[in-house]
Amino acid sequence: MAQSKSNGIAGWLPIFVAAGLFVWFCQFIAPVSEGQVLRVAWDWVPSLGIALSFVIDGLSLTFALLISGIGTLVLLYSNTYLAGHPQYARFALFLTSFMLAMLGLVLADNLIALFVFWELTTITSYLLIGFGHETEKGRRSALQALFVTGAGALALLAGLIMLGITMGTFELSEILQRGDELKAHALYLPILILILCGTFTKSAQFPFHFWLPNAMAAPTPVSAFLHSATMVKAGVYLMARLHPGMAGTDVWFWTLSIAGAFTAVFASILALRQTDLKQALAYTTLMALGVLTLFLGQGSEYGMTAFVTFLIVHSLYKASLFLVVGCIDHSTGSREAGVLGGLGRAMPMTAFAAALAAISMAGLPPFLGFIGKELKYAGVLEVAGEPFVFTAALVAANALMFAVAAVVAFKPFWRPAGGALPRQPHEAPWQMWIGPVILAVLGLVFGVMPGLLQTTLVNPTVDTFLGDAGKAKELKLWAGVNLPLILSGLTIVLGLILYLVHGALRNALARIMDAGPNFDRGWDRFLKGLKGFAAWQTRTIQTGVLRWYIFATFLTVLIALGGTMIAKNAAPQTITFGDLSWKNVALMLLIVSGALLTAITRSRITAMAALGVVGIGVAMVFIVYGAPDVAITQLLVETLVVVLVAVALLRLPYLDPTGIKDVRPFDAVLALFVGLVTTLILLAVLETPLDRRLTDYFETASWPEAFGRNIVNVILVDFRALDTFGEIAVVVIAALSAYALLRTTAPKGDGK
Amino acid sequence: MEALLAITIGILVACAVYLMLARSVLRFIFGLILISNAANLIIFASGRLTNGAPPLIPEGADAPVGLVANALPQALVLTAIVIGFGLFAFALILMFRTYTTLGTLNSDDMRVAEPREGQN
Repeated sequence: MAQSKSNGIAGWLPIFVAAGLFVWFCQFIAPVSEGQVLRVAWDWVPSLGIALSFVIDGLSLTFALLISGIGTLVLLYSNTYLAGHPQYARFALFLTSFMLAMLGLVLADNLIALFVFWELTTITSYLLIGFGHETEKGRRSALQALFVTGAGALALLAGLIMLGITMGTFELSEILQRGDELKAHALYLPILILILCGTFTKSAQFPFHFWLPNAMAAPTPVSAFLHSATMVKAGVYLMARLHPGMAGTDVWFWTLSIAGAFTAVFASILALRQTDLKQALAYTTLMALGVLTLFLGQGSEYGMTAFVTFLIVHSLYKASLFLVVGCIDHSTGSREAGVLGGLGRAMPMTAFAAALAAISMAGLPPFLGFIGKELKYAGVLEVAGEPFVFTAALVAANALMFAVAAVVAFKPFWRPAGGALPRQPHEAPWQMWIGPVILAVLGLVFGVMPGLLQTTLVNPTVDTFLGDAGKAKELKLWAGVNLPLILSGLTIVLGLILYLVHGALRNALARIMDAGPNFDRGWDRFLKGLKGFAAWQTRTIQTGVLRWYIFATFLTVLIALGGTMIAKNAAPQTITFGDLSWKNVALMLLIVSGALLTAITRSRITAMAALGVVGIGVAMVFIVYGAPDVAITQLLVETLVVVLVAVALLRLPYLDPTGIKDVRPFDAVLALFVGLVTTLILLAVLETPLDRRLTDYFETASWPEAFGRNIVNVILVDFRALDTFGEIAVVVIAALSAYALLRTTAPKGDGK
Repeated sequence: MEALLAITIGILVACAVYLMLARSVLRFIFGLILISNAANLIIFASGRLTNGAPPLIPEGADAPVGLVANALPQALVLTAIVIGFGLFAFALILMFRTYTTLGTLNSDDMRVAEPREGQN
């Protein structure tokens, strides 16, 4: 039993890998905080200017530490959360691959390398969301995430390639130094739009937000890691990375500010509406991503400091809360806010972590979340243009966050239960509560001692943005009575009110939301439309009617040949008939009449006879023009053809069922044109001079080299003997296939 | 003379295409026979027409005496005739087998691989 609950080496090895990476990245804190930027590069495709180059500066180090640090705790947590899962090794492989891809993404200094890592995170995310692939919902959510982020990534790839070609290099650090040149370039706007398509889908900004809540179908540790702390921040990361080179234009400012602000408010309202704790957290993640995007829209000192601080705060408390919800789910079997209650006594450590994380999320002192919120307000008040609108949006979003934090982390632990729980609650094992506790306590430690964060991560990151570490604003708990503090107070009061009325509010919201447009259902309609279009197109092109396929084939031949002839101006210039002896003309008339009779007759016997006429006519052409060998073969074959058709006709029905005439004007028109083009091309060919080199060679070499006086025979059995061998093989295969067809017994009908 | 042969070939091709577009698979086979005849004539004509004089080397000579017909297209046509016959024979047997299995020669009714909408 103990054996079956352990994940073995797949359980602990990834934890050590992640922890090792975290420790390894820690050694860079000192040099980076002194303003150093470390670079390392290997050639990859040098001819295209693609290199595996990596850079460690403030921004990438902050991300790398968050990814590897939270990754370690999440892997430790998963090992217990999914203990004994039959596919744990696969899970650990996906999660570790994802972590490595994410690290590559934030460290890459080459646009193409960055894109490759970007797509690796998309694919591993797809595999992780679809980890529960036995459920319909799991499969749908995974596909949806893959489609939305994958489509965005295609736009991103186009944008990155354009960016690289425009600037003449794929190295990010070089491009960012020439930002003014880029911003003045005519292709700046298309590049920006394409890249933002990629980042907005990845970071689930409105209107691409709908896939993220669905991605919660993944196991909880995955949601904590990918869909709150890391992957969804890849889009934010890329915008941040490009900020020094691309920000500062009106388009950048308005697009990011409006999309960010709208997503923030919209998502926090949706968050309050949810009853599933994990879903509620998913929507608050959207809110956080919106806020981060909003701050990237501008470039003020407060704004940038707020960005990096909030980035760290959010990763800490959000990962912690997700893991807490996982503990609750694991312990009680439910995630419903309405049911859960009174867990504080049964799960003290989980409750402790939840409380600390939630206070940070709500933005109360002395937590880092409070500092983050103060900086956010200071930053948003500096927004040029419309500070009031964006400030109001931020206050609303923060107040809603406060309420959601209370719903997620206070109500389940300290309020009475709303119904019977599926399982008797009990404390989670230490491996599961240690992660959330560490993350939540860090929120408190950094809050009390902001200096720890200031010099190590915040200043170097601001340095990445603004080129000067000294421009970072100071992180402090008490900044005196100022406008941000007043706004904070307002937020808390609003948040409390919202929490107290959230039950009624949720019902009202549910009614409003059900009436409004639903993006998730819109997605289904979009997919349905796409599939419908594909089905319609297939029905139209692949009708299943053999005649239509043949018609299309001949039509293509006609257009290809006729079109080329017209385009190349290759039509024959003159038509000269030369010696028209009555014998030759009669021969041609014989062939033509045989062919026409075959085409129009309704009698099988007439058709057979007419075919024989054509065959013999052709054989006579060969005789008249010096090809007796060909003529003999033609006569033999023609006789065999007629005999075979006659034998087959004994068992076959009439050509036309009674009462139906075979008249097809459209087919006749196509056939006439194909025939006309054939004639014209043959005439054009006959106008060109004949290349007799091969013929001359065969004529002079036939006797001296091959000792044959019949040149045609010598060519067939000597010079081109392999061709003839191939020809024999074809006939043998045809005969064998025909024999096989005749031998097998038919499943029904009157076969032999 | 080549021009007249070219026109004849055009008519042969037109008749063949018209037959191959028919519902009856038997007509398709007729079209197949006609179009392979036309193809053989095209190869033959593209080597130019020479009245009489087959490409033979008389006794005692090392090369043909005087102008003889182009031997190369003749060799190609010979191969083409035989392969065309192989194709025809196989198509005929296939058609025959189809008829004994499905009970129809109307290609519109042969919908085993791609059934009509709403049918399976």
